[in-house]
Amino acid sequence: MYQYADYEIKRDRERCINCGRCVRECSNGAHYYKETPQGKTLLADETKCVNCHRCVETCPVRAIKIVKSDLTFKENKSWSAQNLKEIYKQAQSGGVLLSSMGNPEDYPVYFDKILINASQVTNPPIDPLREPMETRVTLGRRTREIRRDKNGNIVTEHPPRIQLSMPVMFSAMSYGSISYNAQKCLAEAAQRLGICYNAGEGGLHEDFYRYGKNTVVQVASGRFGVHKEYLETGAAIEIKMGQGAKPGIGGHLPGAKITADVSRTRMIPEGSDAISPAPHHDIYSIEDLRQLVCSLKEATEHKKPVIVKVAAVHNISAIASGIARSGADIIAIDGFRGGTGAAPTRIRDNVGIPLELALASVDKRLREEGIRDNVSIIAGGAIRNSADVVKAIALGADAVYIATAALAALGCHLCRSCQKGNCNWGIATQVPELVNRLNVQEGCGRLCNLLTAWNHEIKEMMGGMGINSVEALKGNRLMLRGVGLNEKELEVLGILHAGE
Amino acid sequence: MTIIDAKGKSYTRLNEEIAGVTEARIEHCEGQRFLCDGTSGKKIEITGVPGNALGAYLNGSEITVFGNAQDAVGDTMNSGKIVIHGSAGDAAGYAMRGGAIYVERDAGYRAGIHMKEYGDKKPVLVIGGTAGSFLGEYQAGGVIVVLDLPRKESKGKSEKNGAGESGKASVRGSVNNTENNRNIVGYFCGTGMHGGEIYLRTQTPPDDLPLQVRCEPAFEKDMRNIRGYIGEYCRLFNADEASVLSSPFYVLRPDSANPYKRLYVMN
Repeated sequence: MYQYADYEIKRDRERCINCGRCVRECSNGAHYYKETPQGKTLLADETKCVNCHRCVETCPVRAIKIVKSDLTFKENKSWSAQNLKEIYKQAQSGGVLLSSMGNPEDYPVYFDKILINASQVTNPPIDPLREPMETRVTLGRRTREIRRDKNGNIVTEHPPRIQLSMPVMFSAMSYGSISYNAQKCLAEAAQRLGICYNAGEGGLHEDFYRYGKNTVVQVASGRFGVHKEYLETGAAIEIKMGQGAKPGIGGHLPGAKITADVSRTRMIPEGSDAISPAPHHDIYSIEDLRQLVCSLKEATEHKKPVIVKVAAVHNISAIASGIARSGADIIAIDGFRGGTGAAPTRIRDNVGIPLELALASVDKRLREEGIRDNVSIIAGGAIRNSADVVKAIALGADAVYIATAALAALGCHLCRSCQKGNCNWGIATQVPELVNRLNVQEGCGRLCNLLTAWNHEIKEMMGGMGINSVEALKGNRLMLRGVGLNEKELEVLGILHAGE
Repeated sequence: MTIIDAKGKSYTRLNEEIAGVTEARIEHCEGQRFLCDGTSGKKIEITGVPGNALGAYLNGSEITVFGNAQDAVGDTMNSGKIVIHGSAGDAAGYAMRGGAIYVERDAGYRAGIHMKEYGDKKPVLVIGGTAGSFLGEYQAGGVIVVLDLPRKESKGKSEKNGAGESGKASVRGSVNNTENNRNIVGYFCGTGMHGGEIYLRTQTPPDDLPLQVRCEPAFEKDMRNIRGYIGEYCRLFNADEASVLSSPFYVLRPDSANPYKRLYVMN
């Protein structure tokens, strides 16, 4: 079958010194040498190029650029080139299309249609460089009533919580889906920043137990690597019910990624597929969910907050209402643009709803029912920058989860080829030579830089609004206005239109 | 041995009391859930009916139930032993990663699903009677044995305990099992299985096995793998080992550890 190439590799022959660095750097084999009578010549097989920019950025003489192929099909608004290419692939293979990272399709990004307020004249802005500004947040159940002991002193015991220095956490990425070095970068950065990373559903590598206070451990339907010590190590336990990139389906880490180290961490044989079923087979109702929440709490002496992570789907507010009554302390909502190491293309691109709408409707529903204080809300799924963080909090989140943004800080260029396991940047791969390309100290430094900058930006934006703590921003929809949104969208978001 | 009276106590209270002892007998258990979850180094006997998720995340303790157990016994158990003198409800041994569960009689739906193994950690689930549908679904390791032994005479009181008393173990074919010629595991046995083994003491293996599961008569070399478990079952429940072994077994194994490799095409 003819292999269509999405990109072309342009090599500036005047600059190229024929050093072969690109050949060594590309794990996909897009660059190669050909023997000719004049000597070795560098050529490119563009069908293998995923446009990850590894060769571009490592070329010592800046001789390479990648451009979009302008090979066209006869134009047709209904039958795009993408549609046709996918049909050809499936007709050839009979396979389910597999993609990675978040939904790239042209659906509205509501964050981009929401604007943030600032103070003028009255309620003056605050300057974060010179005035105190609180970005610390505490996640968990809030007790409403003040209790006193028999001497009249306030009882300060509270349900288990997580404390974060800023309202951002790294969301779940398992060892197996990402590399040892990538997970170590996240763990180390979380510790340095005073936030949490999430180890994902693949168990916890023995080297990472020391980051326990900054780790969220996950219990998913496959229950990989779950045992008492694991549960006790984390700052919180997350039950994964769903993922924004693939709501309603499970996970499947192919055997090729189950290397010796990954197999030990997951406690399954090397080379065997790691299959997480779509449902938890013991959860068919909110009552059943409550049972898992309670059994985890019993096993850890009620010392750990339990997070329940669900994908943003149509009835999300009713689902969240159930979760808030299940004994869980925190709900994590994952929007449909959230990333993944691998998901069927059709699911990724067509299932779920935008995070912004899901978040706003959950917050509203829980407040209406008087149970908003039962839980904290973490919002995730393509939070791209500090403005998204501020908007998400004003829409009702207590904190956000980021993953794609964190990986981009580590060098990810969003080539969306994680499912192939050949990540040239050493992130979504288990190939030792590739993993070694990701320097842990450097990666950790970049993550810290990113979030330190975000934290400052969050303070600037809050200060501009005359708000000096994240707590006062939470659910503060008066600070938001929509542009170009229809009435229904504004109603769901619970915000006014700009100018109102 | 410490006696703990469970009457009227919450599961949290009971677990606190269990935390303070190493050997105890819990009496009058009345459906309290989550008992002994995540515990290690304890020997606990239970009379009455323990509730769901008994011994979940169990980490080395030994639990003996004189009566039936409810759902999710030994969920995500890591090590230790659970012995049930009666039947177990649904999802017994879900995602077990080590240790052993012996059920004297029947198990409900989804017994032993997603059991795993790694190195010398090899979980074992032995069911003396029959199992419900979805036995060993997604099984990734470990050993499940279903014996379909003729039921002993009623033991009177324990009959009333209800929970796992399996109408749930949906049994197809003849009710008369003296010949061991009926299906003993309900529907969809081994769906998604990609590791481990299931041994069935029957002459009629399930007729709806998925394509990736191989079903073969168990020969001497196969039986050697489970001889010890059968011996232990017979010792625990006073059964006659020779007569258990006199009937032939089938063994189910997955064809591939990567059953879905060819399902996908990179996009």
